[in-house]
Amino acid sequence: MVIKFQNNDKPVIITGAKDMPPMAAALGSMLQNKTGSWRNVRPIIDYDKCIKCFICWKVCPEPAIKIVDELPVIDYDYCKGCLMCAEECPKDAIDFEKEGK
Amino acid sequence: MRLTIPEHEIMTPGHLACQGCGGSLAMRYALKVFGKDTMLSIPACCWAVIDGPFPYTAVNVPLFHTAFETAAIMASGIKAGLMVQGKDTTNVVAFAGDGGTFDIGIQAISGAAERNDDVTYIVYDNEAYMNTGIQRSSATPHGAWTTTTPVKHYKKGPKKNMAEIMAAHRIPYTATASVGYPEDFCKKLEKAKNTKGFKFIHVLAPCPTGWKYDPRYTIKLAKLAVQTNYFPLYEIIDGIHYKQTIKVKERKPLKEYLKYQGRFKHLLEDEVQFLQDFIDENYGLLSMKFE
Amino acid sequence: MKKTMMGNYAASWGAQLARVQVIAAYPITPQTLIVEKLSDIVADGELDAKFIKVESEHSAMAACIGASATGARAYTATSAQGLALMHEMLHWAGLARLPIVMTNVNRAMAPGWSIWADQNDSLSQRDTGWMQIYASSAQEILDSTLIGYKVSEKVLLPTLISFDAFFLSHTMEVVDMPEIELIDKYLPPYKPDYKMDVNDPRSFGALTDEQYYYEFRYKMQKAMDEAVDIIKEAGKEYEKITGRAYGLVHPYRCEDADMILVTSGTIADTTNVAVDELRAEGKKVGNLRIRVIRPYPKKEILEVVKGVKKLAVIDRNISPGYSGIFSQELKSALYNEVDIPVRSYIAGLGGRDVKIEDIKDMANDALKNDAPNDLIWKGVKI
Repeated sequence: MVIKFQNNDKPVIITGAKDMPPMAAALGSMLQNKTGSWRNVRPIIDYDKCIKCFICWKVCPEPAIKIVDELPVIDYDYCKGCLMCAEECPKDAIDFEKEGK
Repeated sequence: MRLTIPEHEIMTPGHLACQGCGGSLAMRYALKVFGKDTMLSIPACCWAVIDGPFPYTAVNVPLFHTAFETAAIMASGIKAGLMVQGKDTTNVVAFAGDGGTFDIGIQAISGAAERNDDVTYIVYDNEAYMNTGIQRSSATPHGAWTTTTPVKHYKKGPKKNMAEIMAAHRIPYTATASVGYPEDFCKKLEKAKNTKGFKFIHVLAPCPTGWKYDPRYTIKLAKLAVQTNYFPLYEIIDGIHYKQTIKVKERKPLKEYLKYQGRFKHLLEDEVQFLQDFIDENYGLLSMKFE
Repeated sequence: MKKTMMGNYAASWGAQLARVQVIAAYPITPQTLIVEKLSDIVADGELDAKFIKVESEHSAMAACIGASATGARAYTATSAQGLALMHEMLHWAGLARLPIVMTNVNRAMAPGWSIWADQNDSLSQRDTGWMQIYASSAQEILDSTLIGYKVSEKVLLPTLISFDAFFLSHTMEVVDMPEIELIDKYLPPYKPDYKMDVNDPRSFGALTDEQYYYEFRYKMQKAMDEAVDIIKEAGKEYEKITGRAYGLVHPYRCEDADMILVTSGTIADTTNVAVDELRAEGKKVGNLRIRVIRPYPKKEILEVVKGVKKLAVIDRNISPGYSGIFSQELKSALYNEVDIPVRSYIAGLGGRDVKIEDIKDMANDALKNDAPNDLIWKGVKI
């Protein structure tokens, strides 16, 4: 019996050997790991300044910037707060604030 | 909306890379170009962890985690397995760090290159064994601090010239790339994808953790490395035709590149000059080969 | 069809009959003939396979692992230093649960350089999660290759088939080559549940912490346990099509024996002759050949030896600092089960010939002496 790959953001439930394949074959996606909790600072896009160059989208190593309705949108579930997007934004349209304020 | 690199994402977020990881950017770009019909061979390196622990994965393509020195041959084996089953079109990509490439994996790379096995080898170079805690590799540049080259005994001697070693095998395609130039990198990935035989891409992937800089500067450093001629971007066809793909009109002083990085902060003026001269000399030699 | 061939070629033809799809190998004496022959077979189009001429044995095993992970049937052959170089990847193949079959020509480890027979090379790989078969004839080499794939693909564990350098690798024997049509039925194409597949993208072998690693080891052990019966079944099924029976242990004249010699490899065949001669002298001696050492056939061994007065093991190998390895394994199997004194002999290391007379000497020594002994060096010059 093949254990199906679970392609969503839910954790895989394993209670013991019976729920595992013979070898360490993946059963689920790292989407379940919401890395947003790693963040110390929160980048915020000022859409008034945004020129839709998508450089922020391009340089995000997660990727945690999505393109929604032709606009870059930060997915705070996964953004680790590295601020590469803010650094590379040619219009300084990405500001940041400390998390937990 | 005008995008300069492919829009679709294959790699998922949620992976375990450090903030500002150049290596995860390299993977993101590579998968954008190679697409879903791709299989990865990944040896011990940061990506052995980044992809996530069992039972998870972040790359969305089949990935075989393999032993440190086997990224290239594992790719060859996978390719052979696919070919005998009539799945010739699947791209097989070895994706390895500098330690797994410049040091422990070089024998298997040389073997696969000499056989001209139809796989692409991408080394994401962060210039030390970062995953094990920043130990020097033969990709560590002169002058750099690592945990095994402490400030009092910083790394002496140049970084191994991997692109030249690969070119000497006369493989169809060799290229250097930088995550600071994603369009250039993607173009090279595309060429590799469309070339039969062994392809080698050496991509500079800055590491905030190991180089000791603020993660926000990954792209900046990946660009400065090119603009200072520290890491020239070029490709080599059939091991003999050299073409510079990003031309630097006026090279910036190396200091500009070094000053952001804690790993170089102990260097005195004369060492910086030594390194500058070395970079210039190296570039001079290389530029003579550009067609 | 019967053919006269060297033991090495029996391995090549076995691989050909198994329709292996990827071969990756590196030359080492005395294995070379196996891969030379396979090169010819592939070049002549007699086998539709890809042969990767790798730059090391480490890479040979890695390439087999990669190919097998995609669902291809993979094969390699090596010996001694080559097998030792593969060591890391043997664990990899085992824990990745890939049904690779490998031939190893048992050769002594260097230094001094030796190309001659002993079993220290393969026994050093005992704990890598490979099933291990020790063949004692050219026919058995060929047959074991086919049975090996059959079993491996069922339990998802790789198989190592070992046999003695030169005594078997380079001697000519008559080998019956089964019809390919029969073998195709016996060994259908490999269709794994989990493989590298772009339509079912998974990672294999990711970082596995203490939450799960332990259970993977447990599953491997379960597979080894199951393999005991599966080897027997595969042997029986093979007997139906070829008439040749293979189990995990092969007893010879053990039924009424007072003393049983426990042997493996080519020494086992010579021992059968020695047993006949000893029987002719009125000595009730039998020979128990251990064909499979992993999974260890404890139950099968106990069935044969229970009631016997004495056991004498002949090891063409040694674990320095203790004793012969088959001897250690045998004693651990007896403990808590039966109380039989065991006398353990080392013989034939580095290819020194073990003749019928030598085996009779050991048997007579064991018959004469009731005291157990862990380590007796047969024929060492002091």
